[in-house]
Amino acid sequence: MNSTSNGVPRTAAETQVRVRAGLARRYRAERRFRAYGLAAVALGISFVVFLFGTVLSQGLSVLRQGYVQLDIIYDPEVIDPAGTRLPDDLAVADYQALVRAALRERFPDVEGRPALRELYGLVSSAASVELQKRVTADPGLIGQRQRVTLLADDTVDMLLKGKVSRSAPEDERRLSDAQVAWVDALRADGALQLRFNRAFFTNGDSRDPEQAGVRGAVVGSFLTLLITLLLSFPIGVGAAVYLEEFAPRNRITDIIEVNINNLAAVPSIVFGLLGLAMFISFFGMPRSAPLVGGLVLTLLTLPTVIIASRAALKAVPPSIREAALGMGASRWQTVVHHVLPLAMPGVLTGAIIGMARALGESAPLLMIGMVAFIVEVPAGALDPSTVLPVQVFLWSDLPERGFVERTSGAIIVLLLFLIVMNATAVVLRNKFEKRW
Amino acid sequence: MSDKAVPPVREGIRTIGQVTVPEPVFACRDVNVHYGDKHAIKDVNIDIGRAEVLAMIGPSGCGKSTFLRCLNRMNDTIESARVTGLIALDGQDIHDKRRDVVQLRARVGMVFQKPNPFPKSIYENVAYGPRIHGLAADRGELDEIVNVSLRRAGLWEEVKDRLNNPGTSLSGGQQQRLCIARAIAVNPDVILMDEPCSALDPIATARIEDLIDELRESYAICIVTHSMQQAARVSQRTAYFHLGDLIEVGETKKIFTNPQAKLTEDYITGRFG
Amino acid sequence: MSPSIVLLLIVALAVLAFQVGKARAIAVVGGHREVRNLHSLPGHYGLLTAMWCAIPALFVFVAWVAFQDNVLTRLVTAQLAEGQQPIPAAQMSLMLNDLRNVVAGSLPASSVTEPVRLAAAEFVRLKRIAGFSLAGVALGAGILALLWVRARIRPDLRARNEYERLVEWALFACSAVAVLTTVGIVLSIVFEAGRFFSIVPFTEFFFGTNWSPQMAIRADQIGSSGAFGAVPLFVGTLLISLVAMVVAVPLGLFSAIYLAEYAAPKLRRVVKPLLEVLAGVPTVVYGFFAVTTIGPMLRTIGESMGLTVAGESALAAGLVMGIMIIPFVSSLADDMITAVPQSLRDGAYALGATRSETIRQVVLRAALPGIVGGILLAVSRAIGETMIVVMAAGLAANMTFNPLEAVTTVTVQIVTLLVGDQEFDSPKTLAAFALGLMLFLVTLLLNVIALYVVRKYREQYE
Repeated sequence: MNSTSNGVPRTAAETQVRVRAGLARRYRAERRFRAYGLAAVALGISFVVFLFGTVLSQGLSVLRQGYVQLDIIYDPEVIDPAGTRLPDDLAVADYQALVRAALRERFPDVEGRPALRELYGLVSSAASVELQKRVTADPGLIGQRQRVTLLADDTVDMLLKGKVSRSAPEDERRLSDAQVAWVDALRADGALQLRFNRAFFTNGDSRDPEQAGVRGAVVGSFLTLLITLLLSFPIGVGAAVYLEEFAPRNRITDIIEVNINNLAAVPSIVFGLLGLAMFISFFGMPRSAPLVGGLVLTLLTLPTVIIASRAALKAVPPSIREAALGMGASRWQTVVHHVLPLAMPGVLTGAIIGMARALGESAPLLMIGMVAFIVEVPAGALDPSTVLPVQVFLWSDLPERGFVERTSGAIIVLLLFLIVMNATAVVLRNKFEKRW
Repeated sequence: MSDKAVPPVREGIRTIGQVTVPEPVFACRDVNVHYGDKHAIKDVNIDIGRAEVLAMIGPSGCGKSTFLRCLNRMNDTIESARVTGLIALDGQDIHDKRRDVVQLRARVGMVFQKPNPFPKSIYENVAYGPRIHGLAADRGELDEIVNVSLRRAGLWEEVKDRLNNPGTSLSGGQQQRLCIARAIAVNPDVILMDEPCSALDPIATARIEDLIDELRESYAICIVTHSMQQAARVSQRTAYFHLGDLIEVGETKKIFTNPQAKLTEDYITGRFG
Repeated sequence: MSPSIVLLLIVALAVLAFQVGKARAIAVVGGHREVRNLHSLPGHYGLLTAMWCAIPALFVFVAWVAFQDNVLTRLVTAQLAEGQQPIPAAQMSLMLNDLRNVVAGSLPASSVTEPVRLAAAEFVRLKRIAGFSLAGVALGAGILALLWVRARIRPDLRARNEYERLVEWALFACSAVAVLTTVGIVLSIVFEAGRFFSIVPFTEFFFGTNWSPQMAIRADQIGSSGAFGAVPLFVGTLLISLVAMVVAVPLGLFSAIYLAEYAAPKLRRVVKPLLEVLAGVPTVVYGFFAVTTIGPMLRTIGESMGLTVAGESALAAGLVMGIMIIPFVSSLADDMITAVPQSLRDGAYALGATRSETIRQVVLRAALPGIVGGILLAVSRAIGETMIVVMAAGLAANMTFNPLEAVTTVTVQIVTLLVGDQEFDSPKTLAAFALGLMLFLVTLLLNVIALYVVRKYREQYE
């Protein structure tokens, strides 16, 4: 420390000495602070990468699925012992037995019940449905021999994809050593391979991972969102137009305004409670129905749509309103002919963002029973159904290894929809954004 | 400090009048400023002397504020701004890599157009500079600095009982004097003032002008103003800017009574402005 | 006749009404050439007629559809009870459940008792009748209104003014929906919560430390019912929210500062939307991420340090929730930081403050109220977040502040209590509404304060 550091500096020169003394320390603090900021941003970005990386690495394999080819003998003794060829009889026959027979034929030296049961376990229970379909479509198959591609069991599928470790002790993996050997034998002669997994996109839910698909959930989401859009768009835009263009500035509109802002921040699960108590318990509407889901999500997204639409209306300069009013147009004509068309891109962007939020929402839908296990693809707004995020929730809870992959697959589908929606909103905003 | 000789003003500059002074604080040679594509300051050469008030006048958008902001490198905070040429403080280029902007700004204080006290107490506003630069060893020294600075800014009597009130609770004129106190608390050599009175009423303006006159003894002051009367009242030298060019520099009395350039004369006689 | 067909018929009727009104208006002045003698354009007369026709019809439709199932159920149960000794409430609700399932087709008719099957058949019959009468009543109301307006159409009827007044009322009704939603939330939750507090005393709920609602199955089992001390849930919620804020606030704040004050505009344009992706990811995805990745990861790390980390630790749930909230905090903080006027920054720079000194001592200081408001909003978000905790937090109501243990939260319990079959008079179900009321009130309080603070802050610099 030099002498000038004692006492208060009086002159510029003394001050400069003092300032210089502190510079190194202050610049170190500056660099540190900057590094914190950079680290925070980097951490945030790495979370994004990590999250998407995890989901993709776990879920992309859902695009392929293990199929096994077997020589099926359509044994008339099994399918139609009475020889009636009536569709009713063909429908209830024991097709599983055909699969079993084919497996025994392929591996003739397997003996004993436990070993046979393990062998039968290689093929999905969906196989018999597939055979039944073929026979009902063409009863002429009966008595013939045909090479058929059948869905493999999910454990086999997991082994093929390397998601079951071969080196793990036998009792810790879900395939026995014998099963692994059979799988290898089938693979060696090309009878067992991974193919494009169409079932994932065309099937509804199932207890068996290899048969479970997202179609039911996608259709359920679509129906629910359709109702949400049909209700929340007109109501939201109507409310925004009223508040922005018509409402007198008084207590009532103040209350409505504060209320909308607060509603936007109410936890979504509270809307679920409302749906349960009001729509289901009070009005007696059906549980698990997209109609009720759509109603709840309408109330949930309404504040978002209103706030975005109001911002878009506000951005239209007053001069345009004055021009129309000056021509003798009524207020409503001004809005319909001039203000609303100009605000439309912003309004649509808000609506899409609201819909994207509704698509990802699941908590309130749990409340109104959209968590049921539903195999059929819903056909209407009153059919019981589930939605994509709830499907993710349901599958994530299941213990089978195959469902981890399905869950990630469903997440990828969900994220794809969200990306498309948000990208549309961004494009819309950039393309039609006007600066006055 | 290695004193590097400031080159003499080159031949053929367009500015009329005496641009140099003996032993200047600031010496500016061929300063240019670009904002993106806009050429805001063109080849400005001027010296700023010690213990003098230099007034910069000119119509709106003529570049006088931009030039002022070059002197303590405030233009660094604007992304698109590019400053070229030599600006030497005590013979040393302020853009020199070894020169530090923090140190520079401690030497060259600034007061802005609109009073901008920090959202802190009056005391903390004045103490802020000494604090960050480590000028006071303890609370007693800090109190002393705050006291002296507020006194010199002529604000002490008005605020001594409410040093802990927020700076924003003062009137506009008081806020501006607070900002001056804040600037002189770090003992600068030069104080830059960017239209310091444009947001104030006539009485507050008069007080600030008196204050500038007092402060001239200890600091070089460079003031941008829109009011020619103010320039005439407070300054010893006046520089007239027009569309980025420095048209004329000279003693204030001379500029206002006998301008050499046509543009200066038109401006002063009120033909445009 | 299904409701959607009735709805289509109403729309068709409205279109017809438009034509009728328009034609009538032209007719009363004596043809197309004379329309300038009308007060308004012919189309306005059409629109007025259409609106007057659609409003009563739609009103009847909505009211009918909303109450139809309840009324029918009431009728059918009256028949079920007829001629028999009174059926106990519990059995009745079981029978009703069966009835609904049979009617919906999710339960084969052969699997239920005879009276239920009969009642189901009756229900279906009544429903068909109801469908037709709905069509009759709704369309009848519409037609009556149509005729009434048609009779009023005269050249001097101010059709445009009347029509626009109707429109304005319709728009007002749209904005009233938001208020009605709040009223609906408050009414439904308060009502059910009130029933809960008539069974379980306030003091037990707010001060009890034992939560095990699963034992209470029926209303008549109160004596042996479960415990409803909600304190462990509040503690768990706070713990997880705290972990989330510890992650989200520094990360969000520092990224906002970096992006607003340091980053080059190019970097900012790329990084900001990337970070905001985190806000657009559905919460189930975070839940899944917490369960499959973060949970096991923390466990392994904990083991390597000799710590036991529960599989569903508060840390894992809070961590992931924090990641979710980062963009929320950072975009709010960014708004607040950019709202600080440049003149304050200039003031500090001109004194020779470094960039970080300016940010820490001037910008953040000035933006503090806004940032605090934003953080309050984030806390309210964390408290109300459901899916992440449902998937990643536990069910057992542990009273602990150790983030390595499993805790449960208010939202987890609401979901657990309400998912699956439930009866509306068991305290177990009603407890969910009491929790919902707490959640609603606390988040409302936080939101009101936060929105107020943020608004005041924005006004200050406008």
